[in-house]
Amino acid sequence: MYHVETKTRASKIAFYGGIIVLIIAVALPFFAGRATIQDIFFILTMLVLAQWWNLLAGYGGLVSVGQQAFVGMGAYAMFGMVILQGWDPVPSILIAGLAALILAIPTAFFAFRLQGAYFAIGTWVIAEVTRLSVAQWKQLGGGTGTSLPRSATKNMRGVEWVKDLLDVKTSAARDILAYWLALIMAVLTIGFIYWLLRSRRGLGLSALRDNFTTAKSLGVDAVAIKWFVFLISALGTGLAGGLIYMQKARISPDAAFSVLDWTAYVIFIVVIGGIGTIEGPIIGVIVFFLLQNMLADYGSWYLLILGVIGITIMLFAPKGLWGLFSQRTGIQIFPVQRRLVNKNQNSEDKNNG
Amino acid sequence: MSLLTTHNLTAYYGDFQALFGVDIELNSGETIAIIGANGAGKTTLMRSISGVLRNASNSVLYEGTAIGAKESDAVMRDGIAMIPEGRKLFPSLSVKENLLIGTFGRKVNGYWTLKAIYDLFPILQEKADAPATSLSGGQQQMVAIGRALISNPKVLLCDEISLGLAPVVIRDIYAAFPKIKASGASVIVVEQDIAQALKVADRVYCMMEGRVTLSGKPNDLTREDIQDAYFGRITK
Amino acid sequence: MIWIDSLIQGILLGGLYALFAAGLSLVFGIMRLVNLAHGDLIVFSAYITLAFVSLLGIHPFVAAFVAAPVMFGIGWLLQRLVLNRVLGPDILPPLLVTFGLSIVLQNALLETWSADSRRLSVGALETASLSLGPITVGILPVMTFFTAVLAIIILNHISFKTELGRAFRATSDDPVTAQLMGIRPNSIFATAMGLAMVIAVIAALYLGIRANFDPSIGPARLIYAFEAVIIGGLGSLWGTLLGGIIIGVAQTIGATINPEWQILAGHIAFLVVLSIKPRGLMPRAFD
Repeated sequence: MYHVETKTRASKIAFYGGIIVLIIAVALPFFAGRATIQDIFFILTMLVLAQWWNLLAGYGGLVSVGQQAFVGMGAYAMFGMVILQGWDPVPSILIAGLAALILAIPTAFFAFRLQGAYFAIGTWVIAEVTRLSVAQWKQLGGGTGTSLPRSATKNMRGVEWVKDLLDVKTSAARDILAYWLALIMAVLTIGFIYWLLRSRRGLGLSALRDNFTTAKSLGVDAVAIKWFVFLISALGTGLAGGLIYMQKARISPDAAFSVLDWTAYVIFIVVIGGIGTIEGPIIGVIVFFLLQNMLADYGSWYLLILGVIGITIMLFAPKGLWGLFSQRTGIQIFPVQRRLVNKNQNSEDKNNG
Repeated sequence: MSLLTTHNLTAYYGDFQALFGVDIELNSGETIAIIGANGAGKTTLMRSISGVLRNASNSVLYEGTAIGAKESDAVMRDGIAMIPEGRKLFPSLSVKENLLIGTFGRKVNGYWTLKAIYDLFPILQEKADAPATSLSGGQQQMVAIGRALISNPKVLLCDEISLGLAPVVIRDIYAAFPKIKASGASVIVVEQDIAQALKVADRVYCMMEGRVTLSGKPNDLTREDIQDAYFGRITK
Repeated sequence: MIWIDSLIQGILLGGLYALFAAGLSLVFGIMRLVNLAHGDLIVFSAYITLAFVSLLGIHPFVAAFVAAPVMFGIGWLLQRLVLNRVLGPDILPPLLVTFGLSIVLQNALLETWSADSRRLSVGALETASLSLGPITVGILPVMTFFTAVLAIIILNHISFKTELGRAFRATSDDPVTAQLMGIRPNSIFATAMGLAMVIAVIAALYLGIRANFDPSIGPARLIYAFEAVIIGGLGSLWGTLLGGIIIGVAQTIGATINPEWQILAGHIAFLVVLSIKPRGLMPRAFD
């Protein structure tokens, strides 16, 4: 009897390894300094952004250069709930996701009228429109921006509990809370995306990406899938935006809608790591973080080098670092390739790649 | 005088072998026909000669030079002009522009000028400014032929020029061959229409599954020989 | 009266935007490449022109003449060495490579020239104006507009009346068959990019005289160029001019209502046209 399998030996090993890493990560605030927590927070949130962009572009074939619209919209929605409605920042993050989702609907309406690179620039235009419009929102600081009021940040749900648990100051407790939320978000994001790609919808997505016309002729609803992937990525990106700016506690339109921070860096991370794989962004964000640490003092040289590396990888190793590794070794940690396995045979087909 | 020869020409599409050591010879002033069923490798042979598919350097010899590894634009400039399967006219260009584009890579004074092409196929002058793809199939084939001739090639490669055309139209197209031959071009005709091919060729090769299974003069070959070679009852 | 004035200013501004867009349109038409670094290349051309002005002590218009062949060469090399490698059915590589190029250019310019604003000065010409009855128009905007029209006429002439233009169109239709006709697609693409860079120099000249420029303004130029191309319709240079005019008019009218709304107004106009006529106002390309 034949059945379809996706597990690989590497993935099983990685699964147990991952549990261990996760336990360490959860326990980190107990023994690491504040700077480390902030660094890992940054890594985790960039990873979340990268995973969503990768789902959109690497799997969905929709290259967006406008995801900063959803980061910004989410962040501003979160700020809006706190400042204008008196909500606690933490639950406001959920509203951030919702706001991004709502923004995604007209965005998709306009952007889907365009193809390929024009779609990309179209998403950028819409991000610009959003930025310029939000800059008119005087109650949230207009063009110069605003900060979360102290009353809101001091009394944030969970901060007291963290303070007592770890015996730290309020501001450190906030960072730790944000860190744990980021950890949850990262695990849920990767888990969801992995589940999605292994589901039937994911199979349709892969089919669409590989051969559009054939997939459609076999009944894959291209339009529905495109909308679904676009909306869900926006939702995830908005949630991340809300969390990022909850931690920053200070917002401005130029920062929240920055092409550099929320698109250029994200694209770099995905491209270096390996587009179209779940493992890729993980590798990419680590490389990105290391590069940033090494070169941060060099101003524009840093970005220049980043750009050159990105171009070089795209020209000579388009599958990124993980792609190179995976091709050499055939290892997949998050295998989404389906293989036909004959239950009667004990050896598994080694040709997955 | 041998103008163009292939030596042990082998070709692959990925892992699939399409040609297994094909040897053919075209002499100056000759017209040879290559016949065979679909998938026999005829078009692959044409693509190899014209440089669309690149092979080992000395697997194709032209005027004594090894051209097997040359790119198609270089091969064209040397004087081998291709009429590709499916005609492949340029939709953005008019009939006249499609003809003129044939001189981009190779400007040689010779018999074939725009006027001479119009003499050969008068309908093209009538439709000179129309978009090339608005013409009928037969007329498009005339454009494709003219586009190749206008560079005054030494070798003309005709890949399935009768494909998709009505018999009456095919006859009109092949009626142009005497003039083409008279202008001094040596021609390789790839055809599924065996009758037409035999009428116009000095020698014939038959291919099957990537190999030459028969060769000879049309008069010397019996119908049975050809059928056997075409469908595979004998191998060379 | 202020509205007529805005309208005229907007139309003339459209000429500048059409110059931004013409190179983008040309390159897309021939090789289906959308160069995300296009705006930055215009800014780069402005800096090159500025360099010639300072190094050789010449007038910006003369400097542009000198810069044009230099930029042709740079565009030619860029296409030959880098961009030709990413052409193909996959949309990701060209997008990501040109995006990376944009970042590299901006920061290279930043390192070389700093973030200070620059200007190309042409003295009295900058403020010279012409009285047309009740309205006054600047000489420079008028020159820009007519240069844009001239550029489009020349490009169309090249495209439809020259052998090179035939080769452009044939290669755009079918590079494999074009090669069978003795055309070298790689060279054609490089020539097209070189030509686009010559137009970029012209655009940069008028940009640099009209307003301050610094390394970061590239992306905004790209967006205006792109909007003009989309509104106009892919494949039509006159459409691109029309698109530029629409964006220009929208911006100036928006600015007249409220200066903060200038750029937003342009984007809104783009989105409106996109929703009613997704293929543009004068589409033509066989896509």
